[in-house]
Amino acid sequence: MTNFIIIMLSAVFINNYVLSRFLGICPFLGVSKKLNQAAGMSVAVIFVMLMATAVTWPIQTYLLDPNNLGYLQTIVFILVIAALVQLVEIILKRYIPSLHKSLGVYLPLITTNCAVLGVTILNIDEGYTFAESMVNSLGSGLGFFLAMVMFAGVRSRLEGADIPKAFQGLPITLVAASITSLSFLGFSGVIENLFA
Amino acid sequence: MNEILIAVIPVVIIGVICAVVLAVASKFMAVKENEKIPLIRECLPGANCGACGFAGCDGYAKALAEIDGTATNLCIPGADAVSRKLSEILGVEFEDVVEKVAVVHCAGDCNNTQDKVEYIGIESCTAAKLIFGSKGECPYGCMGLGDCMNACPNNAICIENGIAHVDTRLCTGCGLCTKACPNHLISLMDDVERVVVTCSNTDKGAFTRKACKNGCIGCRKCEKVCSNDAIKVVNNLAVIDYSKCPECDDFGVCARECTTGCIAVSDFNGIHRFKN
Repeated sequence: MTNFIIIMLSAVFINNYVLSRFLGICPFLGVSKKLNQAAGMSVAVIFVMLMATAVTWPIQTYLLDPNNLGYLQTIVFILVIAALVQLVEIILKRYIPSLHKSLGVYLPLITTNCAVLGVTILNIDEGYTFAESMVNSLGSGLGFFLAMVMFAGVRSRLEGADIPKAFQGLPITLVAASITSLSFLGFSGVIENLFA
Repeated sequence: MNEILIAVIPVVIIGVICAVVLAVASKFMAVKENEKIPLIRECLPGANCGACGFAGCDGYAKALAEIDGTATNLCIPGADAVSRKLSEILGVEFEDVVEKVAVVHCAGDCNNTQDKVEYIGIESCTAAKLIFGSKGECPYGCMGLGDCMNACPNNAICIENGIAHVDTRLCTGCGLCTKACPNHLISLMDDVERVVVTCSNTDKGAFTRKACKNGCIGCRKCEKVCSNDAIKVVNNLAVIDYSKCPECDDFGVCARECTTGCIAVSDFNGIHRFKN
């Protein structure tokens, strides 16, 4: 049990996908202007991360590894994740239109998101079991959610701030992102000692 | 050669499986869309202005196709041509579209009024209004920071000499500017020749006069000269009841007689002013 909690917390805080591993920066900068958009995107990411892990882990363990095809990991994962997300979208549109509406455009947007691919590949690299992989994916998704929502708040404050002309727009956003990222550095080493 | 095949075949197989699953899924779980929707959507101008009251052109197309009795004459930018096409597709009677045009009810330009404070900040009327109430001498007037200009999808509004002007050749009457103006100075009017009150100041005459040379001082002269009782001064501001205007036998008398020149005749190709 402690193992799961450690995996979860370290995925959310220490190895935060956006702020520590620098994966999924594109939506982090692109969709963080408004809080509700950021939240919608993040929920979709959590959802897809879980689905993708549930599918790719068995493929790696039972199909690629026994046949010495581990080097096909990246291309197979991309293929499977993209198809999976499309399938999920079709199913949602048919049976749960309300959820489809609220996830909206974000679902197809994240088919090839590097954070999603990153989670699935790192799950394999870390040698996690299936259950551990799922917990790690959930934690990573939650970490993404946390980073997006926090940064949406930071950006809404930036809107009203008096920023020098040279820094307006993307430059100040990147400066703010790097400071937010620095603040997450403070978490490193916390979790290991929490249960020591 | 063998090694390449061993790599390629699994990927191809996975790809084919994915493709088949997706194809089957999209076939069996397709959500049926009304086939009229794309037809209707093609007729609409695609400005997504929201003047019809629906969420963009897609929303209007959906409502037209699925809700019986949705009026076909709601698309103001598209005007009669679009209404006619829509009526043909839906098989209902054609309804005429009354073209609308945006009118700015303020003429407090740099010649008539001046700034009360020096405003340095975000170039936005809404922001300026939050801080000072208004940046100009007249708290009701146009601040000229261009919220309406930015809202206009057709670049029909420009800020000239400190106030907003509508180029009626470009204005499609979508009404986005009426929502953007924090002082609610812009309204939509039917695109016919009309007299327009170019002031929105409801202060007493003396205060209005001090703030702006163009302001309506509520002197009621227009009330007296109007033969149809179409003009009433409400809250120190002339209000015209346009339903009575067509009966006017001396069109534009109110504009000619107005003491401050705040009533103007407009054929919407440029407002004509009668200033003493």
